[in-house]
Amino acid sequence: MGIISRGFSGRSREHNPELPPGQFLTEDFPVLSAGPTPRIDTDEWEFTITTESGTVHRWSWADLMALPVEDVATDIHCVTRWSKLGTSWRGVSLDTLFAGVDTGYGFTMAHSYGGYTTNVPLADLLGGKAWIAFEFDGQPLDPEHGGPARLLVPHLYFWKSAKWIRGIQMHKTDDAGFWEQNGYNIYGDPWLEQRYS
Amino acid sequence: MASVNTETPTGRSIMIDVPGWGGNLAGQHLDLRLSAPDGYQAVRSYSIASASTGDRLELAVDRLPEGEVSPYLVDDLLPGDQLELRGPLGGWFVWRPEQTTPVQLIGGGSGIVPLVAMARAHAASGSTARFQLLYSVRTPEDVFFKDELAALASPYFAVTWVYTRRTPEGWPTAAGRVNREVLAAATIPASENPAVFVCGPTGFVESVADSLVALGHPAASVKTERFGGK
Repeated sequence: MGIISRGFSGRSREHNPELPPGQFLTEDFPVLSAGPTPRIDTDEWEFTITTESGTVHRWSWADLMALPVEDVATDIHCVTRWSKLGTSWRGVSLDTLFAGVDTGYGFTMAHSYGGYTTNVPLADLLGGKAWIAFEFDGQPLDPEHGGPARLLVPHLYFWKSAKWIRGIQMHKTDDAGFWEQNGYNIYGDPWLEQRYS
Repeated sequence: MASVNTETPTGRSIMIDVPGWGGNLAGQHLDLRLSAPDGYQAVRSYSIASASTGDRLELAVDRLPEGEVSPYLVDDLLPGDQLELRGPLGGWFVWRPEQTTPVQLIGGGSGIVPLVAMARAHAASGSTARFQLLYSVRTPEDVFFKDELAALASPYFAVTWVYTRRTPEGWPTAAGRVNREVLAAATIPASENPAVFVCGPTGFVESVADSLVALGHPAASVKTERFGGK
């Protein structure tokens, strides 16, 4: 345990076991982007998965909307220490999108409109763990929160849930994305408090 | 904690001696942890207002009405008290003296903190890069580092003040928010390719960043740091 802070008692509250270490509960929805918010029309939107052979799998907004959509109820955890429990989203599972994709590589780089990147191992995108999400709390996803669509990977710190998702590139190695190159952990498990590099 | 200075009705700056700190880049932040006797801990991030190479650093904290850590830091912390810090953190929202492009800093409220670090680093390094600061606050009493910012004025650093609720007496313009017109008139234009740093509450940053892009600044030239939720 750390140095006791003289006179500090904190608010009396019960420790919430649903919160990973070092997190506090928030009722609002903070925005922590590194730059201005990209504005993407669904008419021009597309999502791609690109493999090591150079094959590009491509979905327009209409293509995405024609796929099976799931309701997702999940907790989200930001590395800046706020967590929201029981958030609701709607999106297409990465399992659905990867169904026709042939790859031998085990890592990915997510690319966003506006240039943001973040790396996620393929295993963390599959098995019901990740979605391309376009609705939050019953409404179309706000651009400030990553709309029209963002990657949603709630078991990792939320910087991995790339806003304004544009595509996923297969990688042979676990190469660092934007925040990973700027001091943050290569993997980002909130339960192991993997915040920084 | 070495000393404190009251900056505003709800904020103060805090000088902390950290043996072995070794300094930080302008714009970086740190994690500060408080521990209660019953084992409860709270950790929050604070931007660092200083950018020196030594073992003393300065924070500036605004007391949030619903805050858990900020009221303790603003109201209770006394010289001699010990704090646990982790850092420096952050590699994106930083300014290094080797950078020679013009720099436009835009701060809202307590968002001024990392920008003050940049202005101080700019002055300390003798950099002749053109630096401008647009500082938006609600009233004159809400200004952090007022005297210091005035003292930093030089041929290479100019400050424009914007008061959104109440201006100082005799102020030539009425109170009002930073909008596209204000930015067009008071900031380095896109044609000069400035690096732009915007920091403050998220609503302020969102609005300013959108306006900057509309005024022709490439999105990649506008770095933002946001406080608070939406």
